[in-house]
Amino acid sequence: MPPEPPGGVKGRLASRKGLALACAGLFVVLLVSIVVAIGLGAAVITPGDTARYLWAAVSGGRVAADDVTTYQIIWEIRTPRVLLAALVGAGLSAIGVAIQAMVRNALADPFVLGVSSGASAGAVAVTVTGGLAALGVYAVSAGAFVGALVASVLVYAASSGRGSLSPLRLVLTGVAVSLGLQAVMSLLIYFAPDSEATSMVLYWTMGSFGAANWGALPVVSAVVLLGLALLYRYGRALDVLALGDETAASLGVGPDRHRKALLVLVSLVTGVMVAVSGAIAFVGLVMPHVVRMVVGATHARVLAVAPLAGAIFMVWVDLVSRTLVAPRELPLGVITALVGVPVFVLLMRRRGYMFGGR
Amino acid sequence: MELRLDGLSVVTDGRSLVRDLSLDVGSGQVVGLVGPNGSGKSTALRCVYRALRPSSGTVRVDGKDLSRLTVRRSAQVVAAMTQDGALELDFTVEEVIALGRTPHLRGNQALSRRERELCERAMDRLDIRHLARRGVLTLSGGERQRVLLARALVQEPAILVLDEPTNHLDVRHQVELLSLLRGSGLTVLVVLHDLNLAASACDRIGVLRDGRLVTAGTPEEVLTEDLVHDVFGVRASVVSHPLTGDPQLLYSLDPSL
Repeated sequence: MPPEPPGGVKGRLASRKGLALACAGLFVVLLVSIVVAIGLGAAVITPGDTARYLWAAVSGGRVAADDVTTYQIIWEIRTPRVLLAALVGAGLSAIGVAIQAMVRNALADPFVLGVSSGASAGAVAVTVTGGLAALGVYAVSAGAFVGALVASVLVYAASSGRGSLSPLRLVLTGVAVSLGLQAVMSLLIYFAPDSEATSMVLYWTMGSFGAANWGALPVVSAVVLLGLALLYRYGRALDVLALGDETAASLGVGPDRHRKALLVLVSLVTGVMVAVSGAIAFVGLVMPHVVRMVVGATHARVLAVAPLAGAIFMVWVDLVSRTLVAPRELPLGVITALVGVPVFVLLMRRRGYMFGGR
Repeated sequence: MELRLDGLSVVTDGRSLVRDLSLDVGSGQVVGLVGPNGSGKSTALRCVYRALRPSSGTVRVDGKDLSRLTVRRSAQVVAAMTQDGALELDFTVEEVIALGRTPHLRGNQALSRRERELCERAMDRLDIRHLARRGVLTLSGGERQRVLLARALVQEPAILVLDEPTNHLDVRHQVELLSLLRGSGLTVLVVLHDLNLAASACDRIGVLRDGRLVTAGTPEEVLTEDLVHDVFGVRASVVSHPLTGDPQLLYSLDPSL
C-alpha cells in the first residue's frame, strides 16, 4: 500500500472496509438518535422505556393500561415524526449530492435550482384548489412532484442555451425561478378561502414535520429509499458526469440521457419530501460538502455516507425544533441554517477544501 | 484498428463547422489535424468520441459505423483526451484515472487487481505516480493534462483522439507525450497547434480551413512554405531536421523577409 496521505481520515475511509465500518457506526448512531429523539419532548421518556414501547408496538406485545397514553404519544405521534425526519434528512442529502454532480456546481441544491420551490408551489396549488382529488391522499405529493418537475425543466431549459450548460447561468436562473415560484405560492395562499396564511407560508418555505403521521410514511419511505438505491447504483456515472459532458461522452456515459433521468428522479424524490415536510433549505447544500470533506469526492462513497449523516442531522434538528421553545415549534429551516452555515464555514476553512474555484 | 471519417459535416445554429471531411487513419498510425483557430478541428474530433452527432457523414471504425454502437460500446474502442478538463469536485488523481475503466465496468463494480495495476503503470508512464493521492484541483495545468492522458490510456482503447494534448506542458513533457503516442501502437488522431511537433510526431497530417480539408499527406508533402502561407497566413522557411530529416518550420516576425 502507498503511504497514507496527509489528512488521514480520507485515507482511512478510502478502503472499502473502512467505509463499511464508518457506515455501520453511523447506522448505530442513527438508531440511537431515533430512540432518544422519540423519548424526548413535552413528556420525557427514558431511552430504555422508549425502546420497550417500540418493541411492544413492533412485536404486538401488550402495554399496561396505565401506560397507554405514553404509548400513544410515542407510537402514534413521535415515532412517525422522527422516522419521517430521518427519511427526509437522508433524501435531501443524497439529492443534494446528485444535483451538484449533475449540474457540476458546488452551489447547487434542490432549493437553489428551484426544485423545492416548485414542489412547494405544486403542493400548495393542490391544497388550495382541491385539484387532483382523484388521487386521494397522494394528491399533494403528486402536485409537489409535478411542481418540482416543471421547475427543474424550466430552469434546465432556460440555462442550457447552445447545448452547453453554464453552471453560473444555471444557479442564477434557479434562484430567479425559485423566488418567482415562492411568490406564486404566497399569492395562492393569500387568496385561499380559509386563511391560516402566515403559518402555511412558514410551513412550505421553512419546513416542519408537525403534520407527520403513519399514513404518510409508506409512500415517503418507498420513494426515498428507492431514490437512494438508484442514486447509489449510478455512483460511478455521477463521478463521470462531474468531469464534464465531453469527458462523460468519451467515457461512454451519455450526459443528456443521464441528466434527464436524474432530473425526473430528483424531482420525484424532492416532490414527495416537500409534500410532507415543506422545503427545508441548507441540508442538501451543506451535507454533501461536509461528507465529501471526510470521504473524498467519489460518489459511491459519498452516497453511502451522506444519507446516514443527513438522517442523523435531521433527527436532531427536528428534536431541537420541537423542544427548544416548547410548546411552540421553530421552523426547521431556521435551525438548519443556524447550524449548517457556521459548521460549513468552519469545516471549509479547517480542511482547505476546494470548491473548484482555483 | 482503422479509423475513417467519411464525408463528415457538422452544422450548428446554421453555421457550417465541418464540411464534407474525409480522412483515413490507418491502424497504428499517428495522424495530425492542424489548422487555424476555428477551422473545425475540435468539432471533427468531438464526432469521433461521440460528444457530437454529425449532421451528415459517418465515423467508421474498421468499416463499422460508430453511431450504430451505444456510447458505452464505442468508449470501449475510442478514448479521448479533451479540452474541457474543468473539474468541480476534488477527486484524487488515482480516482480520476480509475474512472477511465468506466466503459468496461458495470455500475459501481470495483476495479480488479489487473485494472489497478493498469492504472499504476499508466501513472508510471506519465510520470505522475507521486501525485496519486493529490487532489486534481491542486495540480498545475501540465500535471492535469498528464492525468487526463493516463485516464485515456487506462481505457485500453484501440483508437485514441487527443485535442491539443501538449497545451500547458513544458518542453520535456511535450516531447515525452508525443513519443509515448508514437510508441503506443494505438491508432491516433491528434489535433496539434505546433506544426513542428506535428511534423515530428505524425505519420500523416491533415490541414483544415473553414471546416474543409485543404490537403492531407505525409509531413513532407503537406508542410510546404506555400501551404503555410496560404492557410496560416505566415511566412516560414522549411528546413530539414538535421537528425531525423523531418520538415521543420522557421518563422520570421518581419513580413518583408
